[in-house]
Amino acid sequence: MDFDDTPDEAEFRAAARAFLDANATLRAPGAVEGYRRGQDKPGALEAAKDFQRRKAEAGFAGINWPVEWGGRGGTQIQQIIYDQEEARYDVLTGIFGIGINLALPTICTWGTDAHRARFAGPCLRGEEVWCQLFSEPAGGSDLAALRTRAVRDGDGWVVNGQKIWTSGAHYCDFGILVARTDPDRPKHEGLSYFILDMKSPGVEIRPIRQISGSAHFNEVFFTDVRIPDDRRVGPVGAGWKVALTTLMRERYGMRAAPGPDFEEAFALARSVTLEDGPALATAAVREKLAEWYTRTQGLRFTRFRTMTALSRGQTPGPESSIIKLVAGNKLQEIAAWGLDLLGMAGSESGDALPLGGLFEEALLYAPALRIAGGTDEIMRNIIAERVLGLPPDIRADKGMAFRDVPTGPR
Amino acid sequence: MNFDFPDELKQLRAEARRFLTDRCPPAVARRALEGTPPDRALWSELAAMGWIGAALPERHGGAGLGQLALCVLSEELGRSLAPVPWASSVCLAGEALSAFGSPAQQAHWLPRLAAGEVVATLALAAGPGPFDPARLGGAVSAGRITASRVAVADAATADLLLVAAPGPGSWLWLVARDAPGVRVQPTEGIDPTRPIARVELHDAPAEPLPGAADAADVRRLIDRAAVLAAFEQLGTAEAALTMATDYARERYAFGRPIGSFQAIKHKLADVYVAVELARSNAYYGAWALEANSAELPVAAAVARIAGCEAGWIATRENIQTHGGMGFTWASDCHLYYRRARAQALALGSAREWKHRLIDLLATRNRPDRPE
Ligand SMILES: Cc1cc2nc3c(=O)[nH]c(=O)nc-3n(C[C@H](O)[C@H](O)[C@H](O)COP(=O)(O)OP(=O)(O)OC[C@H]3O[C@@H](n4cnc5c(N)ncnc54)[C@H](O)[C@@H]3O)c2cc1C
Repeated sequence: MDFDDTPDEAEFRAAARAFLDANATLRAPGAVEGYRRGQDKPGALEAAKDFQRRKAEAGFAGINWPVEWGGRGGTQIQQIIYDQEEARYDVLTGIFGIGINLALPTICTWGTDAHRARFAGPCLRGEEVWCQLFSEPAGGSDLAALRTRAVRDGDGWVVNGQKIWTSGAHYCDFGILVARTDPDRPKHEGLSYFILDMKSPGVEIRPIRQISGSAHFNEVFFTDVRIPDDRRVGPVGAGWKVALTTLMRERYGMRAAPGPDFEEAFALARSVTLEDGPALATAAVREKLAEWYTRTQGLRFTRFRTMTALSRGQTPGPESSIIKLVAGNKLQEIAAWGLDLLGMAGSESGDALPLGGLFEEALLYAPALRIAGGTDEIMRNIIAERVLGLPPDIRADKGMAFRDVPTGPR
Repeated sequence: MNFDFPDELKQLRAEARRFLTDRCPPAVARRALEGTPPDRALWSELAAMGWIGAALPERHGGAGLGQLALCVLSEELGRSLAPVPWASSVCLAGEALSAFGSPAQQAHWLPRLAAGEVVATLALAAGPGPFDPARLGGAVSAGRITASRVAVADAATADLLLVAAPGPGSWLWLVARDAPGVRVQPTEGIDPTRPIARVELHDAPAEPLPGAADAADVRRLIDRAAVLAAFEQLGTAEAALTMATDYARERYAFGRPIGSFQAIKHKLADVYVAVELARSNAYYGAWALEANSAELPVAAAVARIAGCEAGWIATRENIQTHGGMGFTWASDCHLYYRRARAQALALGSAREWKHRLIDLLATRNRPDRPE
């Protein structure tokens, strides 16, 4: 057992660091990647695209993509090493995640050579940004209940309907879209997967304000939007299978939650005085801190286990499915706890507070981590069914044609 | 990055699991629960396979496999609920002799321990409350010890007692169980498959372990044992989770397996999460133990806290998943429940370890601390 890089890994890490030192600045000590911070800054998108271009030129975009897709053909472990290093720098790369980690890998797996040739390069270089047009008012967890219709018309498709919660749609160039092509089939069988040019006539994007006040996601309406048939990915009616490739990558991603963690909670406890003296001398505070440290370390070493499997060319075990579930809940608890520790002053907003309002900010985006990319409940279902082998839920829509599936007033 | 056990130890784990599944099903622990005296035959078999001396050097009759072998074996013994003095004789007493014994003491005792001929244990707790070596009490002078210790695992069947007490030249003392002035009184405990006793020493002959110079040495011994205990806890927790999922697939209510109800599925998913976090943290403890890292105290605390949490949720929800059946003496659920709770108290409760962890981190994070 050791945590050391192999000589090859160490060399790669050094190269990644050299690139980052030359092209980015380190985060200030104590600065934590937030959700609102960053994205809402003026000029942030341009700066992000500029960095992404340089990253691609240096060969650090799509490290784990095969060479045929235009990637580096590196290992998953190199990808993780680079990500670890990049996390220390003040750069905004999350907006490219949907394209690089979800959309293009799905398209390159299921699509044609022409798709790959057209879309992979601009995605890697940050020239074209992607969004995920999956969730709808009628179906998020139950994604296959989606209603947006794509109807065959000559050499293309005509799309009508609505998506919702589409992150980044307002600045994106392309989207991966799942639409219903056959409502007479059971719900999982009548879907198809498309590439949508967001500038197409008939696409209307309306921002949705989140509980934090920011608007990072949108409603997207389609009115007679035409998609050429050569922008279909995978066979007609196979949309669910194609979408699963996307969903698996989304749910088993290993990225940590941004925001305050044990270190910040500990720093706060050091700075606050409670009834019985310093917070750090208060039993209840100490026990909570110890629990979070234990969970944070547990996640860290779970990632190490996954990395070890990857570095041996194995498929990681199901352990990575716990990461999102644990991280989201921990963040929400830490946020609320931090504010509690501040007492009445905790309800004040912003930079005047210890740690610059970090806990307040986290309180207002932590709920998203428990919903986006598979809710806590869906993640627990996945663990119970796929890992523990428990029976699937009883479904009221099994085998029914989609048009007969019962729906509620919401 | 290599955060996994080497292949030969994974092989040892697989062998251990096969052997124990066959030789030590829960029925064996149940016999101990029903009052049958401990199974020395099983202990001899473990000795014959080289498990007891797995980490000891070959010159002392061991297999020289290092601490990682003890981690692997602890996990499997915890999984099987084996009613053997593993934690007492191997993880505490054997480790204490290895770390702090004189060459003569090691040469005399370690081969006998490894062969399973001698069983030893370590007496730590002086009474209720958090464990603190500096407040142990007891009097040692001129090779004689007077002290009382409670909840000493396996003391009634041990041949050799190690007693933690501050005295001239040492903090750890060797006392023969059959020596004059030694009274061992078995007491009822939460987990009769791992029997405990009170130990009263009145002017009993005691020999110092010369290497155990201060309270910090006792602490170090406990930190090291805590990592191994975390592996035992992990094994027990995972076994309880398996028992619960198996039952949930087979038991029907309202015309369907109870494992198809989300209240059960999600509960067991949460248990799985706790077990995986415990496994990851235990692995880090294993690394710190094997590398003799300065991180060991923190790693041990974290492994221990996560192990206690996993053991508690897994064994408690295993009973819940079994319904009324889970509350019966006849079901095996309570064997896991009892064992997990006993594990969580030996070496100090999770509460104590949480405080210790924060103390350690507070020192480590002090801004003026030189790097
Ligand atoms: C910040 C953010 C960004 C997002 N970005 C995108 C994006 O870019 N693209 C995109 O397509 N989507 C996006 N989403 C949508 C997200 O994937 C969905 O919100 C999510 O899958 C839940 O679907 P829903 O909102 O329809 O809730 P519902 O599915 O209606 O769920 C409501 C509640 O019911 C529970 N529930 C539902 N089904 C079950 C079940 N079988 N068992 C137990 N409980 C159940 C859920 O867990 C939840 O608690 C985003 C969401 C958020 C919050």
